[in-house]
Amino acid sequence: MRFERRERPSAALTLLAPLGAIASALAMAGALIALAGANVAEAFGLILQGAFGSRLGITETLTRATPLILTGLAAAVAFRARLWNIGGEGQFYMGALAVAAFGLVPGLAGAPAPVAVLVCLVAGALAGMALLLVPVVLKLRFGSDEVVTTLLLNFVAILFVSMMIEGALRDPLAFGWPQSVPVPDAALLPQLVERSRLHAGLLIALAMAVAVWWVQERTVFGMRTRAAGLNARAAAFAGVPLGRTLVLVGCLSGGLAGLAGAIEVMGVKGYVTTDLSPNYGYSGIVIAMLAALHPIGVIGAALFSAVIFVGADSMSRALGVPSYIADVTVALSLLTMLVALFLVQYRVRR
Amino acid sequence: MSVIVDILASVGMWEAVLRIATPLILGTLGVLLCERVGVLNLGIEGIMAFGAMIGWLTVYSGGDLWAGIAAAAACGAAFGFLHALMTVPLGLSQHVTGLGITLFASSVAYYVFRLAVPTATSPPTIEPFRPLPVPLLADIPFLGPVLFTQTAPTYLALVAVAVLAVVLYRTPLGLAIRMTGENPHAVEAQGIDPILVRIGTIMAGSALMGVAGAFLSLAAFNSFFPTMVQGRGWICIALVVFALWRPGRALLGAVLFAFFDAFQLRLQTAVDGVPYQLFLMLPYLLSILALVVMAQRARVPQALMQPYRRGER
Repeated sequence: MRFERRERPSAALTLLAPLGAIASALAMAGALIALAGANVAEAFGLILQGAFGSRLGITETLTRATPLILTGLAAAVAFRARLWNIGGEGQFYMGALAVAAFGLVPGLAGAPAPVAVLVCLVAGALAGMALLLVPVVLKLRFGSDEVVTTLLLNFVAILFVSMMIEGALRDPLAFGWPQSVPVPDAALLPQLVERSRLHAGLLIALAMAVAVWWVQERTVFGMRTRAAGLNARAAAFAGVPLGRTLVLVGCLSGGLAGLAGAIEVMGVKGYVTTDLSPNYGYSGIVIAMLAALHPIGVIGAALFSAVIFVGADSMSRALGVPSYIADVTVALSLLTMLVALFLVQYRVRR
Repeated sequence: MSVIVDILASVGMWEAVLRIATPLILGTLGVLLCERVGVLNLGIEGIMAFGAMIGWLTVYSGGDLWAGIAAAAACGAAFGFLHALMTVPLGLSQHVTGLGITLFASSVAYYVFRLAVPTATSPPTIEPFRPLPVPLLADIPFLGPVLFTQTAPTYLALVAVAVLAVVLYRTPLGLAIRMTGENPHAVEAQGIDPILVRIGTIMAGSALMGVAGAFLSLAAFNSFFPTMVQGRGWICIALVVFALWRPGRALLGAVLFAFFDAFQLRLQTAVDGVPYQLFLMLPYLLSILALVVMAQRARVPQALMQPYRRGER
């Protein structure tokens, strides 16, 4: 058996591949649900019902998709330039922490809401950027592999958050629970739908997806990132400043992940804890791959993951199937998607 | 200063070093094998989590401790096979596949764990490996307790270092493995199938990763809980660079790392006024430092992350 590159992958195949990938991931997840002794059809029904079946379900799904769109974009922009930023989780937390820290700045609480919101969003993005710039500089200066450094910095970042919310940023009114001081009201994001957790962060995330798409497709910088990702040596010969491009990509990627953390604090939680993120950073990597690194595709992939997570939560409560099934399903769809994308590119010959 | 001297003089600290080093030794050897044959295996973090879970589950449901180790090795090899299938014949991105394996293996591990123990708030314990004093040697003052009163899997890890060094540098198999990581085309020209060498070696390396995880639940602790691996897999990836892809240096790196870890754990309780999180950050920061320092000198296997396709150059 061998594989032969297709001259021109057919449009039908390109469209069908993701559907096939997701279908086979769901089938395997179904087998695991059956292992738990639950009725598979009923379980999938409950997942859909949990995610779409009610006003609460829909708003929760969209709320959950918001940080996922941003962390998905963060991974997608970096991966496109072959900058392996696996540190989205840490950058998310640094962004969240920056918002809590700005809450302490005198004057911000009294500032008009748009100013306070803007300041906090920028602070979050800058904090995420700063954390990613360390591995980017280490890569450029010393050639150390950014996969490992970004992964390890995730642990450092979360420990740093833990240190701050038990120290300088501790909420003295939280009865000893380690959590940060609350974000001032002026910096909270407005609700989008009454009596729900859905907030204006969703609009920011959607706008970011469009902005990233525009930057990638319509600017010199976007072209350079693609060139650097496709073939760094050829790009360097063609005059692409590799170092500068990589630093800028790092700023964009880290900034998006930091923004995700800031928005989650300003829109949903109102304060920082060390369990703020149920692996949003790592899920972002899956989402970027599911979207084949396309910024608009990220929206769809984030929605898919959000449906699985929100739906599986409510299914899990009803049927007693461990809610980890959501993580399994999403991880499986990453693996099946990789194979599906391969089959679009190659044909199998005996 | 006297605090530091006290810690360094205590036998307890030195006893802990090999115990902490064991999963790192096994994991680093696993990564080393995979990279020597030309494939990055970021699945390690998840494979360790699964190994820890399946090892614990085997013993919890009545199996022998060694059966737990064997189950972890077998499951590790199975995940390795999946990783190998995707990265070697298909030539998919090793970064993304490895992360996918990690997410998949760890989430399945937690899922199966929750199926086995649906409600327990504190994880159920098992009877773990007990220290096994080596006759005579264990009676040597200081060195006895530090080196020769470890659990059986620790001795196994030390033997694994020697075995791997011999296999890699003194056998035709080792030559084939190293050559596949340097120049798979040359291997093919010798009439050896580099794809098979890669698949087999990745499975062996991943089996070691599984055992590394099982050590955590069967010897270092006496139960399984999610978040148990805590980035140890990623640290192993960094240690391989520190080790310059050599088994002996992998042992050195793991022991050195474990020494700092054991030291900071004791310093945490001995020093007041410094947030404990700063100490906990040290292992991760040290790994990054080791990576930065050694990346300069590193001679990476030349075909690392280069997929091999017959007839393509």
